Amino acid sequence: MNTLILRETTRVLFTLILVFSVATLLRGHDAPGGGFVGGLIASTACCLYVFVADAKDVRRLVRTDPLKTAAAGLALAILSGLIGILLGGRPFLSGEWAEIGGVEIGTPLLFDFGVYLVVVGAVLTFVLEIKEPGAVPPPDSEK
Amino acid sequence: MSWLLAGAIVLPLACGVLGLSLRPHRAMQQMVSLVAGIGHLGIATALLVKVWSDGILVAQVGGWPAPFGITLVADHFSSAMVLITAIMGVATIVYALCDIDQRSLVKDFHPPLQALIGAVCGAFLTGDIFNLYVWFEVMLIASLALLISGGRKAQLDGAVRYAALSLVATTLLLSGIGLLYGMTGTLNMADLHLRVQQVENQGLLSVVAILFIVAFGIKAAVFPLFFWLPASYHTPKVAVSAIFAGLLTKVGVYSMIRVFTLIFTHDVGYTHGILLWTAGLTMVTGVLGAASHNELRRILSFHIISQIGYMVLGLALFTPLALVGAVFYILHHIIVKANLFFVAGAAERLSGSSDLKTLGGVYREQPLLAALFFVPAFSLAGFPPLSGFWAKLLVIKASLASQQYWIAAVALAVGLLTMYSMTKIWVNGIWKARPASAEKPPPLSRPNRALLLGPMICLAAMTLAIGLWPGPLYDLAERAGHELMDPSNYVQAVLGSSETAALGAGGGVVE
Repeated sequence: MNTLILRETTRVLFTLILVFSVATLLRGHDAPGGGFVGGLIASTACCLYVFVADAKDVRRLVRTDPLKTAAAGLALAILSGLIGILLGGRPFLSGEWAEIGGVEIGTPLLFDFGVYLVVVGAVLTFVLEIKEPGAVPPPDSEK
Repeated sequence: MSWLLAGAIVLPLACGVLGLSLRPHRAMQQMVSLVAGIGHLGIATALLVKVWSDGILVAQVGGWPAPFGITLVADHFSSAMVLITAIMGVATIVYALCDIDQRSLVKDFHPPLQALIGAVCGAFLTGDIFNLYVWFEVMLIASLALLISGGRKAQLDGAVRYAALSLVATTLLLSGIGLLYGMTGTLNMADLHLRVQQVENQGLLSVVAILFIVAFGIKAAVFPLFFWLPASYHTPKVAVSAIFAGLLTKVGVYSMIRVFTLIFTHDVGYTHGILLWTAGLTMVTGVLGAASHNELRRILSFHIISQIGYMVLGLALFTPLALVGAVFYILHHIIVKANLFFVAGAAERLSGSSDLKTLGGVYREQPLLAALFFVPAFSLAGFPPLSGFWAKLLVIKASLASQQYWIAAVALAVGLLTMYSMTKIWVNGIWKARPASAEKPPPLSRPNRALLLGPMICLAAMTLAIGLWPGPLYDLAERAGHELMDPSNYVQAVLGSSETAALGAGGGVVE
């Protein structure tokens, strides 16, 4: 798998895909896109990197435990639903909006970003688990 | 009171997140999980009490009105299911304190368990069919994480089959939902109830109904789509297979009942006729499979399948009494089945084997455990006065009332075979003296014994209580059954009266 062509292409594609994933995340509010798709696109970038590099390098690149990234994402998504309740006793997952620098930013974006993190974290967990056979206990070690 | 509805889903999910962020401190994960389970039980109880006194509860997520946003609905059926889920959750968490202890290879048990509980409650409470699909996916991911944790080869083997079949099921479900949306332009289940009546091509609707039967049938493990279940349920830790055995297939049955009472009632003779045959074949194949096995958890896995048949039978007959029977059956069965897996696990732990050939001496060495096996096992077989007797009585009475004598005969015969199978376990596993070759494992410490036996005693007490005083549960099942049979209250609660009136008059199709 690890050929020169793949390695050099990944160098370029990695950033491009990540930028594209963020763009997809942001346009998702009222056009096709959003946190889930954006997260999937971002995880393809990470998967490419996993193919050409060691799992150790990937872990160093993402810095945090991917499972914790997923947990943080889920926490953000839940938090975005609670904001409406805390601010005005509105129903769970109500959209609350604030204007920051001329752009209206709302809780749906926070929710989408949470989903984005969940997807990236979950996919990275799976992929790294497969990439690092040492992390999995040997078969039938329980018996 | 929308927070009750949202809380039943969000609390377990949030505690799953908290549990993940506490890695790798297992003791703290256990504490969080236990507190979350008890809190969830409180919410679920409050929800059922509220529904019992005030009728159907509805919450529009995000404040979006009904046919457009996601609606959460708690009627008697769904709130009873949420309560039973919460009870199972607490029982499993307590049992796992001993079963999956600090030294176990299973690293993350509590966070995915909480996610699973949240997803199951989501599936019960949602009033939106696409949201139902989403909860199925969340359930799949959480259950897969539980199924493979521990990483033994047999587990991976079972997990691959489970995942493959589940993915087929969810794909079919998604296709069905897509076609339904194309025909009606709505995803809200109450709205669908009204819109499908106006679909011109009723034949196409039947085709979509079959897609739903297959998708939910795989999840519920009915004939002939059940083979993933005995392949995977005996491999993970006992606490995991107990909650799977109790809850997961029942989510499939629940969804089937929901969809085939609310949406696909256009050609009952055809769709419910298929369900009737499926129910009969499921009962028979399940019990025959059980008769042919010797390993405790494998036998019990096949019994899940056979018992699913009775629940589907209740739906297939499609009379008020039959639906009451189905609801009663599901609620009784979840308690009994999870408890049987707990007992099987404890027997394995205390006497060192799960194979009937090498198991033995339980009656002499562990009389309490033997009694704890007796209650759920013979309740499952339908022994009076245990809870299973009333459940079977209701379903069989309903089939006699609809003059489906052959299916009543099948149900009775399967009950007899279940009894045979349970007697086989009783004689070979419990009564028989310990085989000379079998080694006795070291005894458990007193607190561990309490953690292992406590949940079983509570569940067995519930089975006994339902058996001796079936009145309250029957009343609940009766209300739930009548709500299912006549969804007008459900539709009105979700959509409000104006829309129902407009559509009822034949006019207001909003494009």
